[in-house]
Amino acid sequence: MRFITYLINGISLGSIYAIIALGYTMVYGIAKMLNFAHGDVIMIGCYVVFTCMSGMGLNPFVSVTLAVVVCTVLGMVIEKVAYKPLRKATPLAVLITAIGVSYLLQNIALLAFGADTKSFTSVVPIPNISLGEVNVTGVTVVAVAACIIIMIVLMLFIKKTKAGQAMLAVSEDKEAAQLMGVNVNGTISLTFAIGSGLAAIAGVLLCSAYPTLTPYTGSMPGIKAFTAAVFGGIGSIPGAFIGGILLGIIEILAKAYISSQLADAIVFAVLILVLLVKPTGILGKPIHEKV
Amino acid sequence: MKKLVSVLLAAVMAVGCLSGCGAKEAKNANAFYIGGIGPITGDAAIYGTAVQNGAQIAVDEINAAGGINGYQIEYNFQDDQGDAEKSANAYNTLKDWGMQMLMGTVTTAPCVAVADLTAADNMIQITPSASSTDVIKNDNVFQVCFTDPAQGTKSAQYIGQNNLAKKVAIIYNSSDIYSSGIEATFVEEAANQNFEVVAEEAFTADSKTDFSTQLQKAKDADADLVFLPIYYTEASIILTQANAMGYDPTFFGCDGMDGILGVKNFDTSLAEGLMLLTPFAADAQDDLTKKFVDTYKEKYGEIPNQFAADAYDAVYAMKAALESANATPDMSASDLCDALKPVMTTISIDGLTGTGMSWSETGEVNKDPKAVVIQNGEYVGM
Repeated sequence: MRFITYLINGISLGSIYAIIALGYTMVYGIAKMLNFAHGDVIMIGCYVVFTCMSGMGLNPFVSVTLAVVVCTVLGMVIEKVAYKPLRKATPLAVLITAIGVSYLLQNIALLAFGADTKSFTSVVPIPNISLGEVNVTGVTVVAVAACIIIMIVLMLFIKKTKAGQAMLAVSEDKEAAQLMGVNVNGTISLTFAIGSGLAAIAGVLLCSAYPTLTPYTGSMPGIKAFTAAVFGGIGSIPGAFIGGILLGIIEILAKAYISSQLADAIVFAVLILVLLVKPTGILGKPIHEKV
Repeated sequence: MKKLVSVLLAAVMAVGCLSGCGAKEAKNANAFYIGGIGPITGDAAIYGTAVQNGAQIAVDEINAAGGINGYQIEYNFQDDQGDAEKSANAYNTLKDWGMQMLMGTVTTAPCVAVADLTAADNMIQITPSASSTDVIKNDNVFQVCFTDPAQGTKSAQYIGQNNLAKKVAIIYNSSDIYSSGIEATFVEEAANQNFEVVAEEAFTADSKTDFSTQLQKAKDADADLVFLPIYYTEASIILTQANAMGYDPTFFGCDGMDGILGVKNFDTSLAEGLMLLTPFAADAQDDLTKKFVDTYKEKYGEIPNQFAADAYDAVYAMKAALESANATPDMSASDLCDALKPVMTTISIDGLTGTGMSWSETGEVNKDPKAVVIQNGEYVGM
């Protein structure tokens, strides 16, 4: 019975990692860049919801919609200003720019909202579900459901729509896609828009589950989610889901059965083991070296 | 034009020199010169200002009541902005002013630096609030606040003596020296107390959002009290998550918990019944606290915090030591230090931050810890 409780806590934590990891993996899979500012877009999304709900008294649904819009626009602006000019630059330069954007967002939030911790009111109206001794929080149910829905919608979008096919083409070979008449810049912009919109939803669920909000709220979950994305195979959408859930479960079980002091060490040791055995992650595609 | 400027400058310098000399000549031979150092501007200004004001109230009270051994106190407080170098400068300024005893400094890092200077000069120093054990490594320095490790010991004793629990779980931050330091001494002292530590669960700065597992383990171990030697930010999440899982033990924190009611939008009803070990509660109903709080509010328009109370006690500790040593203002700082060092370990005062406060030779304070409990969204003394 205990084990099931821990398992559910693990899935609860993992579903949050997974939903953030979806945004990471989406952008990496198509634009082939690590958007380290993803975690901070999440944080901005949280502040938008916080301000709307606590400051203006809007209802949760309107607030979340507004946050998705703000984050989508923010993601596109970041892409336009910071990443697009570096399209031809080395991946390292883009990576450093992304880290720069991450700090920029954190510091803007510090200036705008202050360093003090804010307590976030959950936007999920579903009460906790009790199954005998096991207690499942409403946020967990919503997070897992949201994760699965988003994953399926994304996969359908990429397979079935023209824009999705364009994304696939850009991810395979940018130059060839351009020659075939695909608007590469537009496609990458769209990817960022979708990724950042997802960040807003991830942020709302993150803060509903763990209700504090500071300018650094997004950075650590962002890194853990990035780990989850690599774990599952970066670039793979189901991989992000599986990686996130597994990471959450391993973390909680390590805390529960081995040692709460060593939990993080164990999580990352497992990650290293997986990558040693399967360097592309659980569902990653094998890399073919081009000669 | 240039000439005019230089003449003016010379005049300014001459006046400055005169006024400087004047201040020295005006030294009151019938008064003890107590200096204070702390940050009254910068990040830690809240602490320094509270100390400055708290000590001022004590000085005014003592002077109005006839002084120490019939001698008045002259009090001068200098800003160090919480910076070690500026603190050393402030110390030299105060020495030029004629300081015989130092009440300061407020924060730990400058205090360590100044403690070396006072040791070299052989000047008695009482710090109201610098809590590191590094501060009191010299034998001329005494502390009014508890040291960090002492908070763990005192918490364990408080829980044991008041029979607050039979089984205690601890959730602490293993990546933070403050938290893990308190945890270690708490566990050590718990062995001598009438309760059992049933779970010691850690978290780190990298995973401080999900406490469900730690709480579940505490619940499974039937802990009726959870000790939280952590800062209030994480504590607010722990309280929320414990509530969500229907776990309702007594929560007990240290001074890092002070501030939990100030978290924006935090449902303070979750903190109801939370206890914390803090030396001072402004709403305590004893006469001494009431009088202090009223005076402070009247003079400075605020409710005093524990730093103000620590400073108030520091000045009264000096008074007690000076009286006990039959000291007179004509003694040099060094002579005073030699006279006061031995009596510091013999005096006992009833202050705002504890009754029967006494000091060990190491400079550490010994006083009964006080706890406050949160009731109806306010800190209430127990």
